[in-house]
Amino acid sequence: MIIKDVLCPFCGCLCDDLAVEVENNKVVDVKHACKIGTSKIMGHDRIKAPMMRDDKNGEFREVSYDEAINESAKILANSKRPLLYGWASGICEMMKKGVLLNEEVGGIIDNTASVCHGPSALGVHEKGLPTGTLGQFANRTDLVIFWGCNPVQAHPRHMSRYSVFPKGFFASKGRKSRKVVVFDVRKTDTAEMADEYVQVNPGEDYLVLSALRAIVADKADVVPDSVGGVPKEKLVELGEAMKGAKYGMVYFGMGLTQSRGKYKNIDNAVSLITELNAHGKHSILPMRGHYNVTGFGQVCAWETGFVNAVDMSRGIPYYNPGETCSNDLLMREEIDAAFVIAGDAGAHFPAQSIARMGKVPVIQVDPFHNPTTEMANIVIPTKVSGVELEGTAYRMDSVSLRMRKLVDVDFPSDEEVLDKIIAKIREIKGASS
Amino acid sequence: MNLNATFISGRTVNQGCNLENKTSQAYFDAAAYCEMNSKDASSLGVEPGNNVKVTTDHGSVVVPMAICDGNPDGLVFIPMGPWANAVVDPDTKGCGMPGFKGISAVVEPTDEKAPTMPELMARLK
Repeated sequence: MIIKDVLCPFCGCLCDDLAVEVENNKVVDVKHACKIGTSKIMGHDRIKAPMMRDDKNGEFREVSYDEAINESAKILANSKRPLLYGWASGICEMMKKGVLLNEEVGGIIDNTASVCHGPSALGVHEKGLPTGTLGQFANRTDLVIFWGCNPVQAHPRHMSRYSVFPKGFFASKGRKSRKVVVFDVRKTDTAEMADEYVQVNPGEDYLVLSALRAIVADKADVVPDSVGGVPKEKLVELGEAMKGAKYGMVYFGMGLTQSRGKYKNIDNAVSLITELNAHGKHSILPMRGHYNVTGFGQVCAWETGFVNAVDMSRGIPYYNPGETCSNDLLMREEIDAAFVIAGDAGAHFPAQSIARMGKVPVIQVDPFHNPTTEMANIVIPTKVSGVELEGTAYRMDSVSLRMRKLVDVDFPSDEEVLDKIIAKIREIKGASS
Repeated sequence: MNLNATFISGRTVNQGCNLENKTSQAYFDAAAYCEMNSKDASSLGVEPGNNVKVTTDHGSVVVPMAICDGNPDGLVFIPMGPWANAVVDPDTKGCGMPGFKGISAVVEPTDEKAPTMPELMARLK
């Protein structure tokens, strides 16, 4: 059986044109997806049953779901400062339950944006976000800038579906309708495909953005001969090209959010786009990683008022990135339990942060064995959302789409596990109050 | 001879393909290597596949070297993952985001073995 119009549960592109062949309840072929999406949907070896161990260096023993869930509830109910991290590889329905669990335990809920586009949220708080949807960009853009992002490697179909190659209403020649510029610290595969590659010194993107703002404001005279490793004449040429664009677009990634300046880079980039809108139409969009990391921001914002790093220890939502983000909490050794679901802290936090996680009970809810499993005391395997479970996800441009179920499995969903943990915690707390 | 370098991490296709396959040799191959340009590699006297030790103020890690001539001189790259994490900066500078890019590093040839994922994690507990 071939299932058409399948959505890909890997990256923020949420490609929705896949054809997946299923035989005897097994995925046997994936068409139209990129290499990463194919790999994800074809699947990998998974954790077969819930597991527990007291000593993180000891062997796991298989346990029942009830035992793992009850023990997890006990740890969370008795914890004073639990961190609930991950969420981005799940559907919105489970995220909602995550926010509820955080309320129940008075913990901190944080998602993978913490080590990804968290600084983008801060930049947006400062300056807003002049943006649009990928369909608009496919139809309208004539200047496309990739700044500190490498879609060829990280979002392989972004260029063909949305940003560079599509023929659109005002971009009838597709690739030929657009000038493509890449700003990066190294010549990436995306830079190889661009019309222009602008090499920026590591950590000096902010300076380059400032120089472009000066040029756009007709103040090129204040710009030095070279900024961030880029010659002034190149900057003037690019600034003029931006001013001359009918619809200019900036897509940005970790090259801005993780390098020196962090959220201030985003603040400056948004300011540049805002100012360019005095000349033509311009937008900016973060290249979101996990397929539903954007969805977590939506769910968390409508439930708590904030997009991530929400501390409920006071009984009301409190948000202060730099204080309430996962790595800040871990480095201050505040956390006394960690609940990691649909995200892999063990693989993507600095070693020194993970070492702090090594000192506290760690509960992992995930289909796959990964570095977080190595640090875990309790492991609860669940369904793979978007392959084994349907639900809502948000594309990188905040368009909500319905993920599809392709095969049936016996594993519980994240939502079912969260429901049971919440019920058990209420039972424990009810009994003790 | 040592190489004084700026370290960055980031995504790759193969690292992405193995995100749910992190106990495999394929994940090791996708995430445990350090890219530099040919000039830097020859200054270190290392061939692709030879191990190098990358050291920063935050830690050190041994991984095989790979060539990427898109890197400017003195820029080294390890794909995001446990090997890169051994050397990145946990300080978020008050904004939640650790320093995954732009870290001063020293790279040197080594005969030491590159750790597996479980070996790396075992150091942290």
